[in-house]
This record gives sequence, C-alpha cells and structure tokens, in this order.
Amino acid sequence: MDWLSPSDFLAIPFNDWVNAFVKGWLVPNFRPFFRAIQWPVVQVLDGLDYVLNAVPMLLFTAILTTVAWRAAGRGVGIFTLASLFFIDLIGLWSETMTTLAMVVTAVLFCVIIGVPLGVAAARSDLFEKIQRPILDVMQTIPSFVYLVPIVMLFGVGMVPGIIATIIFALPPIVRLTNLGIRSVRADLTEAATSFGATSWQALVEVQFPLAIRTIMAGLNQTLMLALSMAVIVALIGGGGLGLTVFTGLGRLDVGNATAGGVGIVLLAIILDRISQAVGERKAVHTTSLAATLKSFFAPATRSEAGANHERAAPKGL
Amino acid sequence: MTSKIICSSVSKIFGTEPEQALALLRQGLDKDKIHSETGQVVGVENVNFEVSDGEIFVVMGLSGSGKSTLVRMINGLIKPSSGRILIDDIDIASCSEEELLSLRRNKVSMVFQHFALFPHKTVAENVAFGLKIKGVQAAERRERAHAVLEQVGLANRADSYPEELSGGMQQRVGLARGLAADPEILLMDEPFGALDPLIRRDMQAELLELQRSLKKTIVFITHDLNEALILGNRIAIMRNGRFVQVGSAEEIVGSPANDYVAAFTADIDRSRVFRAKSIAVEPQAIEAGAQVDDAARRMEDLELDALYVTDGDKVAGILTYRSAIEACRCGTKIVREVASHRFPAASPDAYLNDLYPMARMGLPIALRDAHGRLTGVVPPQAVFDKLAGAA
Ligand SMILES: Nc1ncnc2c1ncn2[C@@H]1O[C@H](COP(=O)(O)OP(=O)(O)OP(=O)(O)O)[C@@H](O)[C@H]1O
Ligand SMILES: [Mg+2]
Repeated sequence: MDWLSPSDFLAIPFNDWVNAFVKGWLVPNFRPFFRAIQWPVVQVLDGLDYVLNAVPMLLFTAILTTVAWRAAGRGVGIFTLASLFFIDLIGLWSETMTTLAMVVTAVLFCVIIGVPLGVAAARSDLFEKIQRPILDVMQTIPSFVYLVPIVMLFGVGMVPGIIATIIFALPPIVRLTNLGIRSVRADLTEAATSFGATSWQALVEVQFPLAIRTIMAGLNQTLMLALSMAVIVALIGGGGLGLTVFTGLGRLDVGNATAGGVGIVLLAIILDRISQAVGERKAVHTTSLAATLKSFFAPATRSEAGANHERAAPKGL
Repeated sequence: MTSKIICSSVSKIFGTEPEQALALLRQGLDKDKIHSETGQVVGVENVNFEVSDGEIFVVMGLSGSGKSTLVRMINGLIKPSSGRILIDDIDIASCSEEELLSLRRNKVSMVFQHFALFPHKTVAENVAFGLKIKGVQAAERRERAHAVLEQVGLANRADSYPEELSGGMQQRVGLARGLAADPEILLMDEPFGALDPLIRRDMQAELLELQRSLKKTIVFITHDLNEALILGNRIAIMRNGRFVQVGSAEEIVGSPANDYVAAFTADIDRSRVFRAKSIAVEPQAIEAGAQVDDAARRMEDLELDALYVTDGDKVAGILTYRSAIEACRCGTKIVREVASHRFPAASPDAYLNDLYPMARMGLPIALRDAHGRLTGVVPPQAVFDKLAGAA
C-alpha cells in the first residue's frame, strides 16, 4: 500500500506565485527603479575598468607590489610581484584587471551600503533583529537562485553581475560593523557622551576607531566572497577571469579553465593579505583579529572578549 | 553659599513601567517587593540634597545601592523617572538637547571608575577630548592639555598611550581629562576604586591638594567610608537607593542615624574624624595682670586644675592650681610672674589624632586660631572619652 502524502490532496503552486510576483508585479512596476540603481554602479565600474586597463602592466605591478610590501611586509610584496608577472605571462592580464575592477566596485558598494547598515544595527536592537534574518537569507540562499530575477530586472552583463556580487558579499561587513561597534566598551561611549559628544561625534571619535579592526575583518571577508562570485557572475554575462573559467568549462578546455582559476586564486591571496594587513595596522590599539573572530562565533561572551582585546593588542607602531 | 546642584525628590526606576513602580513606592512598598511583583528595579528612591559651590559631596554606599545611577542623573546620562535636578537653575531632565550638550561640554565633567580612557588616543589626546568635542582648535587643545597634565604631574607622558601607564597614572589622566575644559562641577564615580590602597591614599591627598586651588564643586562616589570621611565636606550614606543619613564626617561617626550606619562607623579611626573644636569647652582664662590669689580662688570655684593666662588678645601661658598656691605662699602677687609658658596648644581644626599625645600631659589643651587668640580649651579627659566613643 502506498503511503499517503499531503501532496495527494493539495499542491501549492509556489513557483507560480513567485513567477506572478516577479514577472507580474516586480518587473513591470519597478524596472525603471532598478535601472536607476544601476547607474552609480555603471559609473564606478566603467571608470575603474578603464583606468585599470589603461595603466601599463609594469606600472600597475610596481604600484601594487609597493602597496603589498609596505602594508604586509616583504614576503607578500615578493609574492605579489611574482604572481602578477605570472598572470601576465599566461596571457590573462586584461581579464585579471577586469575581474579586479568588478571586485573592487562590488566591495566599494558593499562598504557604502554595509557600514551604515551595520552602524544602524549596532545602535538599534530592533533594527538588528529585523536585519539578522535578512542577512541570514542573503548568505545562505544559493546565488544561482537570485541570478534569474536579477537578469529579469537588470538584464545581462557586468553590472547585473556586480549587483549579484553585492548581494552575496554584503552580509559580513554589515555583521562585523555591527559587532565591532557593539563590542566597544560601554564606559568609553559613555565617557564620550559625558563630555558632550553628539552621537555622531561619539561614533567618529570613539566607536568607529575602536571597531575598525573588526570592520576590516568584515571587509576582508566581503572581499573574498566577492572574488568567489567571479565565476558565477560569468553565467549572466560578466567578463574577466570568471569568463575564462566558464568558457573553459563549456569547451572542456581544462587548460584555460585552470589558468583562469589560478588567476582568481592568486588575486584572492594578494587581496586577502593586503586587506588583512591593513586591518591589523589600523587597529594597533584596539582589538585583535583572532579575538574578534572568536567572539563572532560566541556572541554570548562577546562583550567580555571585547574588554580583553585591548590588553592583548601589540604596542605602538 | 549658593547651591550648585539641587536634587529634589529624585527617583529612578529601571523598567518599562516606572509610573507603576513609583505608585507602589509611594504606597510604601520596598525595593525587593516591587522587583518581585512588577519586575521593575528601583535604582534611586526619593533622594534630596544640595551641593554648594566649592564643596566635596561624597555619596557612600555598597554595591548596587544606586550611587552610579544617582551621579549619572546629574549630567543627564540617565533620565530621572521623577523629581528634579537643577544645575545652576537649569533643569537637567527637561532642558533641551543643546542645553544638555553645552552643560556637559562646559560645566560638568566626569571621572570614571575604570578610567574609561580611549585606548586609541594618546594621553594628550585623551585629555583634550572634551575640547575637541567643543570645537577648540588643535594648537590650543594641545596647550591646554599640557597645562592640565602638568597639574597632575604627567606632562612627560603626553605622547604615551594609556595602556603604557600604571593604574594610578591612568586615573591621573582621567582626572586631567575631567579638568581640561575647566568645568565647575566634577562628578567622580568611584575614581579610586580600581587602585591599590597605597596609590589610593596618594590620589586622595592629591585630590584634596588640587581642590585647595581649584575649588570645584565635586560629587564623589565611593564605597569606602574611610575615603568618604577623608574627602567629604558632607557625606551621604546610601542604601537600597535611599539616603540614610547626610552630614559631616563628625555627624556621621558621632551620631549614626541607625544601626546600618553605625555598623559602618564601628571600625573607623575616630581620631582622624573628630576635630579639636568638637570637644572644646568655653575657655576659662585670666588676665596676665591679675592677682594670683584671685586666680586660685577662681580655680577653686570652677573646680579646675589650671587656667589659661591671656595677655590682651593672645594666650600668654598657663597657671596651674599648684603653682598658684605655691606662689601665694611665697608672696608673689601677679599672675604673669608665675604663669608657665610651656602649655599644649593646637588649632581648632586639628584632629584628635594630633591632640592625643598632648592630652597625655594632663594639662588642658589650648585651641588657638590663626591670630593666636584662645578660642577654646580641650580638657584632656574629653579626648579620651571621644576616642572611646563615650561622648
Ligand atoms: N540599566 C539598568 N537596567 C536595570 N537595572 C539597573 C540598570 N543600571 C542599574 N540598575 C540597577 O540599579 C541598582 C543600582 O545600580 P548602580 O549601578 O547605581 O549601583 P552602584 O551603587 O553604582 O553599585 P556599584 O558600587 O556596584 O557600582 C542596582 O540594583 C542595579 O541592578
Ligand atoms: Mg557604580
């Protein structure tokens, strides 16, 4: 005997509902709005892409190597130099620059959107409560799922790709901004207020500088997530290294796919090391990254961890 | 003297329905009962006091008695649930946000128990924080910060970071930060609570020393009665959100309002609390030019062993009954010729601690004011009685 299941009696046309919502309501009513949103992204991306592709390879390599060296030490500097040469030698320079432009654009918008959201969440418990499930969904929903509505709303190409990347990479910076500001010792904020600081002054003078290390950890995660979208974005018309991998995949051209993949990995390592190092430097007198991440996974003890950070931090620059 | 801070019927309820808890308070329910019935916490209950210009007002109480809540209401960090707090006639609870900011920037500043120094700013930047918030230019800020650091003896550490300093130094920075904007009122919430006893002593002395020249109005929170007695012009003892007693050190130790206060004062070193004038009696003196037999008769009448001899305004010496009798026998007539110039003397403000060795000489102790005038006499037995807690 067959077991009964509810679907024998009732079928919910969930997919139809979503279709009706997106196609019947969202797209026709909000298309101009979504098109307008694209505008700033287009400007930044075009500008960056133009600049990065116009700068001679050697000059760019020299600049990035210097930055890596100054920020993260000689090792990372040498690694950056070697990697960029390697990328150029395997013929992927311009793809790499395109991917870099995309990633930087996406991260820039993540910061512009995410930091204020994080600050707002830190200041209002209600806002945090509302925001948390939304961020959870953004982080867990497979990015393929929202590629379709994004294409419907924004069309195909680089910019929709970047918008998908922004959605995917936004949560860590919001969360860690929130966490960073919340774990600033309450008596320090109180001290600022007691000297007549407005809430903006307290944010700028005390909370933000003390939270910067945590925020930079969030930025680092956001950056990595954005890079990890490079290939997926190629599905909806994004260019760069992702496209190289994607076409390699389509043609079973393992050589090209691997070359693209290696390019992404090298870029990821360089950006990761530099952004981490910048975060550490910025926060010599605040919290350690390890402690921050630990407290991230143990929310109950985070204020305690926050209080202990200062002690553990290394001394002056 | 004018009142700088006036708190009248101030209460603070932590919770969502303060009105309900306030009503219960008026019905006479106590803090614990209200908490168990409504879940509201009574932080401060119906507190009244005034602090005069230049006074150190100490609030002493155990943990959880509501001291921090009280002091935070004075600069508006916490809003009172009922009652009024006036600072120079501005009502903190109802004034505008701008007035509150201006008050905090110019008139009232705070020193914190755990220093609350900004770890990302140097000592000088910490000290200048209030000035920066006010919009003072960088050069002037730096100058002022150095001047204040000089006052607390830390000018050479201006460019250190707080974590590089010891606890005592950190709190000096905290104090300097509080003083930088030259406020009229300093709120100090257990500022020495995190320091070890020796450094604490130093800081107390230093605060008194600074206060001598600065003449700020200070509200000082502590859970240490000894500290309260050393620093306070007036002291309030707080328990469960209420003031149990307000008074001078001598009043608190001399006549505790109830057993709770008495329990605190029991092991206080009374010799450092009471001053000579509190046990002085009306001086019985005789003019230097008087006759010795008159003096002897007077001592007999008053049942005294000795009389002070005055010459015009000044104390000239002491005449004991024995030397008076001897002098009569030898025929000396004038007091001046037999009076002894070796007599115990102290200022009316001296602590009994200083009088104790003198009292053991057995002679009455002369209290002389700054002009050398005799303002009172302390019978030696009174010193012992007071220290024993009898008087
Ligand atoms: N934000 C708050 N929410 C709820 N209850 C509070 C809050 N702040 C203080 N209380 C309660 O108010 C009472 C007084 O607290 P307060 O911090 O003023 O005490 P205190 O005398 O300063 O103690 P301590 O010496 O430990 O600093 C305590 O019972 C405390 O639990
Ligand atoms: Mg307290």
